[in-house]
Amino acid sequence: MNRQRVVFLVKNILRVLLLVICVSIVTFALMKASPVDPLQANVGQAALGSMSREQKEKLQEYWGVDTPPLEQYLAWAGDFIRGDMGISLLYRQPVASVIAVKLANSLFLMAMAWVVSGILGFALGVISGMNRGKLADKLIRGYCLVISSTPVFWLALLLLMVFGVWLRIFPIGLSVPIGVEAGGVTFADRLYHAVLPALTLSITGVSNIALHTREKMIDIMESDYVLFARMRGETGWRLFKYYGFRNVLFPAVTLQFASISEVFGGSVLVEQVFSYPGLGQAAVSAGLGSDMPLLMAVTIVSALFVFGGNLTANLLYGVIDPRVRRGGEEK
Amino acid sequence: MSEKKETSSYSGTDRLNGQTAGDTRREDAPVLKIERMSISFTQYDRGMHQTSLPVIRDLDVEVQAGEMVAVVGSSGSGKSLLAHGVMGVLPYNAAMGGRITYCGEELTKERIEKLRGREIVLVPQSIAYLNPLMKIGPQIRRGNKAAEAREKLRGIFNRYELDEGVEALYPFELSGGMNRRVLISTALMEEPKLVIADEPTPGLDLAVAKRAMSHFRELADMGAGVLVITHDLELALEVADRIAVFYAGTTIEEAPVQDFEHEETLRHPYTKALWRAMPRHGFQYIEGTQPYVKNLPAGCSFAPRCPHRGEACGKEMDYRMVRGGKVRCVRAE
Repeated sequence: MNRQRVVFLVKNILRVLLLVICVSIVTFALMKASPVDPLQANVGQAALGSMSREQKEKLQEYWGVDTPPLEQYLAWAGDFIRGDMGISLLYRQPVASVIAVKLANSLFLMAMAWVVSGILGFALGVISGMNRGKLADKLIRGYCLVISSTPVFWLALLLLMVFGVWLRIFPIGLSVPIGVEAGGVTFADRLYHAVLPALTLSITGVSNIALHTREKMIDIMESDYVLFARMRGETGWRLFKYYGFRNVLFPAVTLQFASISEVFGGSVLVEQVFSYPGLGQAAVSAGLGSDMPLLMAVTIVSALFVFGGNLTANLLYGVIDPRVRRGGEEK
Repeated sequence: MSEKKETSSYSGTDRLNGQTAGDTRREDAPVLKIERMSISFTQYDRGMHQTSLPVIRDLDVEVQAGEMVAVVGSSGSGKSLLAHGVMGVLPYNAAMGGRITYCGEELTKERIEKLRGREIVLVPQSIAYLNPLMKIGPQIRRGNKAAEAREKLRGIFNRYELDEGVEALYPFELSGGMNRRVLISTALMEEPKLVIADEPTPGLDLAVAKRAMSHFRELADMGAGVLVITHDLELALEVADRIAVFYAGTTIEEAPVQDFEHEETLRHPYTKALWRAMPRHGFQYIEGTQPYVKNLPAGCSFAPRCPHRGEACGKEMDYRMVRGGKVRCVRAE
């Protein structure tokens, strides 16, 4: 038992190390292969033309244009291992503090979307699966299929237009009110600004979770144990409470944690549309602005997040499913 | 019949078959009577062409209170559907015909929905029919936490020599020997008048199988009507009162077990063939296999394999009384 745990731990540590190494190499390689010229992108063509040779050389040194890629990567990796993520070239601040601010914004947004889409998706999926073929099922399935085939950014624009521009119920962007001192921003302000982006993420997240839960629910309703439960006179709510719920909950929990990656991916697009200063937006500006240290850090943090989500799902399975929990102990 | 009376008639009695005064149902009527039951499935074959697959064509069987009747047929012949049909849980693409009466009154869809799990219970064939994520105790009690229910379950477990600790186990933790006893415990939680056992001895060794069958015999001795659906004729003969032989979608003979002592007392050629195929009667087999439901011959479905077939076998056949048993054969006398 204890040995099993150690093996499990070591395996996962190795996995996450490998993941970070691979992600960093791929990100670095893609960045190097990108046609964006850091000088042109950040200083501008006109300004560049009016600069002296020395000034240009200084800038080239700053952006690391002439350093051989391998040397550059190794230098970055060496610092990273020592816990130094470097200085963001765009923000001129330590990457760690940039990420901390952006992550806090994004987390707020993503947590809202994650919880709402999880609960709503589960409920809709269950209703749909238990009433297969009936009107409720048709409506829910129709909704899910329409939403699954809708691009996230388009939906974001639509909500922005309807609620931000026409109805003026919600702000059109940013995470805090414009023209207010940082100290004067309240939690309510933040919440208010996060509603539309979070709603966009939730709406798209719901369909995936609901469709998966529905499939699972249908399998359960057709299982032998539900057949027997029905023969024992169970119907409706009791059938769901004692037979459906437990059995559909486990796959749903796994799905929910695995869906972190989707919320993360979606947030990049949604933050862009709503000019929401989160991790996703930081990734986009770092990529376009050749801010290598920041981009590397953002991708690694994202990868760790997704990895953490999947790992949590695995661990939870062992905790809540008696077949895994008790079955494992017996061995 | 008032709802109230019905409840009181089976609550406070020790015996399973609570025949209390005031029960308005006919006491002499069979607990279960199935007449000309047919079950067919609608299927799509080759694109949009719909066909109907008659899995059960003509099934007749009758169970009295305190009696154990076995429906015997080969594996995979669709006899489990009989149980699903009675319990009213056939899949949506199945259609059922014929007439089922319970205690003298027609067992309608509404009636079975009210009675199943209370007066009419089914004991499934394996623990795959138990919720894998619910502990045995609460599952048998159906979530009922009342002291009475706990007490009752303890009594049942005592009777079947099951440890109290079994209540806290999940189905996957049960040992093979416990499975049968746990499954039958679900039936005893109620006060059943009719118990249907669906293939209660699948792949069990002889000793365990005999024991499982004897549990059902006990239920019959306590007063319930017991219908056992099985492929094992020999085992059925040991415990049942009457045997209904199921062949290619029809019951071809219904006979008291004593008739199985000699070949001559049996009525249908297929039953006789079954008799001769039993190990102690020489293990003789006949050629051919049961026809697939899609290409059943007209008239007697056994005719193609029957040594005595004649012209009359191709016609519609009655299920008639012969020497105290029923048979679906024109030649039997």
